[in-house]
Amino acid sequence: MMKVGIPSEISPNELRVAATPKTVKRLQKQGFEVYIQHNAGVKANFSDKEFEEAGAKIVQTAADIYGKSDIVLKVKEPSMEEVDMMKEGLVMLSYLWPAQNQDLLKKLADKKVNAVAMDAIPRISRAQKMDVLSSMANIAGYRAVIEGSFHFGRFLNGQITAAGKVEPAKVLVIGAGVAGLAAIGAANSLGAIVRAFDTRKEVAEQIESMGAQFLTVEINEDGATSSGYSKEMSKEFIEAEMKLFSEQAKEVDIVITTAQIPGRPAPKLWMDYHVAAMKPGSVIVDLAASTGGNCALTKNGEVYTTDNGVTMVGKLSQLPSQASQLYGNNLCHLLDDMGKAEKWKIDMEDAVVSRAMVTYNGKVNWPPAPLPVSPIAGGKVKVVPPTAEEVKASDAEKSKKESTSMIITLGVVGALLFLVGRTAPPEFIQHFTVFILAVFVGWQLITNVSHSLHTPLMAVTNAISGIIVIGGLLQTTNDITNPVTVIAVIAILVASINIVGGFVVTHRMLKMFKK
Amino acid sequence: MTIGIQTAAYLFASILFILSLGSLSSQESAKRGVFYGIIGMAIAILATVLGEGVAGQVYIIAAIAIASVIGLMLARKVEMTSMPQLVAILHSFVGLAAVLVGFGSYLDPKTQSLQGAAHTIHLVEVYIGIFIGAITFTGSIIAWGKLEGKIGSKALLYPGRHAVNVALLLVCVVLGVLFAMAHGTDGLIHLYIMTAISSFIGVMLVMAIGGGDMPVVVSMLNSYSGWAASAAGFMLGNDLLIVTGALVGSSGAILSIHMCHAMNRSFFSVILGGFGNAPKGEAKAIEGEVTALNHEEVSALLKEAKSVVIVPGYGMAVAKAQYPIYDMVQTLRKAGKNVRFAIHPVAGRLPGHMNVLLAEANVPYDIVLEMDEINEDMPSTDVVMVIGANDVVNPSAQDDPASSIYGMPVIEVWKAEKVIIMKRSMSAGYSGEDNPLFYKPNSEMLYGDAKVSVEKLLGFLKS
Repeated sequence: MMKVGIPSEISPNELRVAATPKTVKRLQKQGFEVYIQHNAGVKANFSDKEFEEAGAKIVQTAADIYGKSDIVLKVKEPSMEEVDMMKEGLVMLSYLWPAQNQDLLKKLADKKVNAVAMDAIPRISRAQKMDVLSSMANIAGYRAVIEGSFHFGRFLNGQITAAGKVEPAKVLVIGAGVAGLAAIGAANSLGAIVRAFDTRKEVAEQIESMGAQFLTVEINEDGATSSGYSKEMSKEFIEAEMKLFSEQAKEVDIVITTAQIPGRPAPKLWMDYHVAAMKPGSVIVDLAASTGGNCALTKNGEVYTTDNGVTMVGKLSQLPSQASQLYGNNLCHLLDDMGKAEKWKIDMEDAVVSRAMVTYNGKVNWPPAPLPVSPIAGGKVKVVPPTAEEVKASDAEKSKKESTSMIITLGVVGALLFLVGRTAPPEFIQHFTVFILAVFVGWQLITNVSHSLHTPLMAVTNAISGIIVIGGLLQTTNDITNPVTVIAVIAILVASINIVGGFVVTHRMLKMFKK
Repeated sequence: MTIGIQTAAYLFASILFILSLGSLSSQESAKRGVFYGIIGMAIAILATVLGEGVAGQVYIIAAIAIASVIGLMLARKVEMTSMPQLVAILHSFVGLAAVLVGFGSYLDPKTQSLQGAAHTIHLVEVYIGIFIGAITFTGSIIAWGKLEGKIGSKALLYPGRHAVNVALLLVCVVLGVLFAMAHGTDGLIHLYIMTAISSFIGVMLVMAIGGGDMPVVVSMLNSYSGWAASAAGFMLGNDLLIVTGALVGSSGAILSIHMCHAMNRSFFSVILGGFGNAPKGEAKAIEGEVTALNHEEVSALLKEAKSVVIVPGYGMAVAKAQYPIYDMVQTLRKAGKNVRFAIHPVAGRLPGHMNVLLAEANVPYDIVLEMDEINEDMPSTDVVMVIGANDVVNPSAQDDPASSIYGMPVIEVWKAEKVIIMKRSMSAGYSGEDNPLFYKPNSEMLYGDAKVSVEKLLGFLKS
């Protein structure tokens, strides 16, 4: 029988545990034998007794868990000491942050541990049930509102009571990912007036559906990318955004910032001058505190009050019991997908497993292959962005096919040119060379012109085609009675009208274009 | 001036022309592009006139001076709305010049002394140059006539026209062979007949193309004028003419192809006049009723809307409504509404025509979106105002295979909450197609001249 082990989390800040009594029952249903380390669930309010009642066996030391289990479920990434205890062939499921923890991956691979990074589960529809980033962000968004409201000394909803009228609080949520949307929902149901900002226009609908007003800037630029995360915006956009925030800072009571970019420091969105503009008693909850914070004044892990009376919240409770439950469910869903105990299989063909399994059979399997979908039109689904190497590989294959057909084309063209060269005089060949090269240049030049410039472009090429005037110039003689001269002068006349007219009219048109 | 210096000057002019076209690919550098073009042209003309073997400078200067005055007047006077006509008529000048240069080169005693293969090649070059030039000349005149409204915009098609065109082409080829074999200037008669035939081909080619395809035709004639210049370069042995002509020719060709892609049309069927006929089965019956609103009701709708999209078309150009429209847009935007313009790639009579007009009214180009950018926003749009556009918002293009515009991408205005169609009457669009959009339940007509209507709306909005 396959054994699943759950060790205690050794980090003092980690309150969650990778299994709860409920998920232990579920694991047994899947056909696993469950072992849990003594007091593993204490910080999340699950006692050994509850686990035992659910059918788990209590084990005293971590070494027993790592040495005897087939599968280990964990929350935080293991320390090097923990990795030392692991046996060869062990499957370990936990957060790993593979992009930042290269050394750890290498060590896991050396130990021949097959590690699944729960944070690297691709964000596609099918994998949503195992998406720990979503389930944890959901908790964080909710908790941000609760803690914000706790530090804010007033009601969130508006009331008219016998003791007087109470204005509803105004909450601004920046970044409408899972956490942001959860925060909007929570604040809205507490009765606050909620506004939300995001650089991605596509989320406007989602924001409004959660009951908030979508704030936008006057600049039409969309921050959406195929990865689902926002791109970096232009300078003008950021200026407009900062201006918008300055206006909002004077009005809002609680600001919740949720903008995070995986593997990079959080963008600074709420500046010191925004904080300074806020009313005393206002609260800022920064969900990005652990990656540097969206607010310039955030201190990670601290709650403090600024000189002008704004409470800065840089630390949130994890709601360990709730979080453990959801995290544990995510893990069970993944084990479900991998065939449970009976049909257990590490299927490296599987789109989800192959991307989350960051070490396999002694090899580091990171970064993962790109997913062949671009669901941006759908709006909600998120994809892991392809890495440079994989793009290169698929490009190489494409270019191979293209080059075959290119060789054939070139062969035909070469044969034709050979024929021309055999029959035509050298002078003609020379002109012909120039001609063909110019055709190519013209072709390349125009490929990327925007629609709006088509008319001016046409007017200017028209003016330039007046170059035919040269033909007339070369034919003119001093004898105006010569028919050739008459013809040439007329040619010069009409061609010159075209040149002057074409350039002047293009100039007139372009003068009008402005941003 | 030595040949060396002249060649160098030509090279410099070529570089300037390339830079000129290249600069026009973005708004920021476009103005520089015109400047490059002017300098290039000045250098090219000066280098030629000052070069060896050029005589009759008096006549040259006189011709250029007269032409400059005429050109300036034309370009200054023209209204932005009749820009397409001007561009078309200017193309015809290049065609005419190419024909004249071809005849001149044939009659020029210097070329009579050529021998053997060189002589034959020269004759072929003359022949091809005149052929392309004549087609460009008459084709552009017809295009001008159609755009100006002097000739009906409907495609003129007669049975067996492809056969006739092919026969005419064959006659031209035979004439060409006879022409190449003739001695001295005996071939002139062949040249005259061929010029007449190719002029006729030019007329029929453009007559056969329906009004909706006019932007492609203008761009294609632009390309032809380049090829004509290039052919002239071959016959005169002038590299600058060859290079510049080829630049214009190939850039015009790719522009036409781009536009055909935008209309989901095959390039060849457009230039052969295949568009605008051959319905595939019975036309779909149109159901529903046309309903109309007055200005006050429309302004009330606009006041309630959060998101408004304006789809301008040729009707806006005709009514010169771009100024009051932008006034209205500013008023609506100040009221916090998201107002944007949606431009179909072939709206108007020239590619980019609408952009030019909106730019004239100072509309910032970041609220002017292309069809592809705006279509996905249509379902979340409250009010769409279609101002003088018709074919580009015709749903038949998507659901009626019998329609002549079936398969052309269109702006999907009918997906919006409400569509206001500003129109002078119930007449069909330029392609001659009826528009089922008008009969949809969420469509409302607002009859009247676009400019007057928008001014009235503005009055209600501000009150």
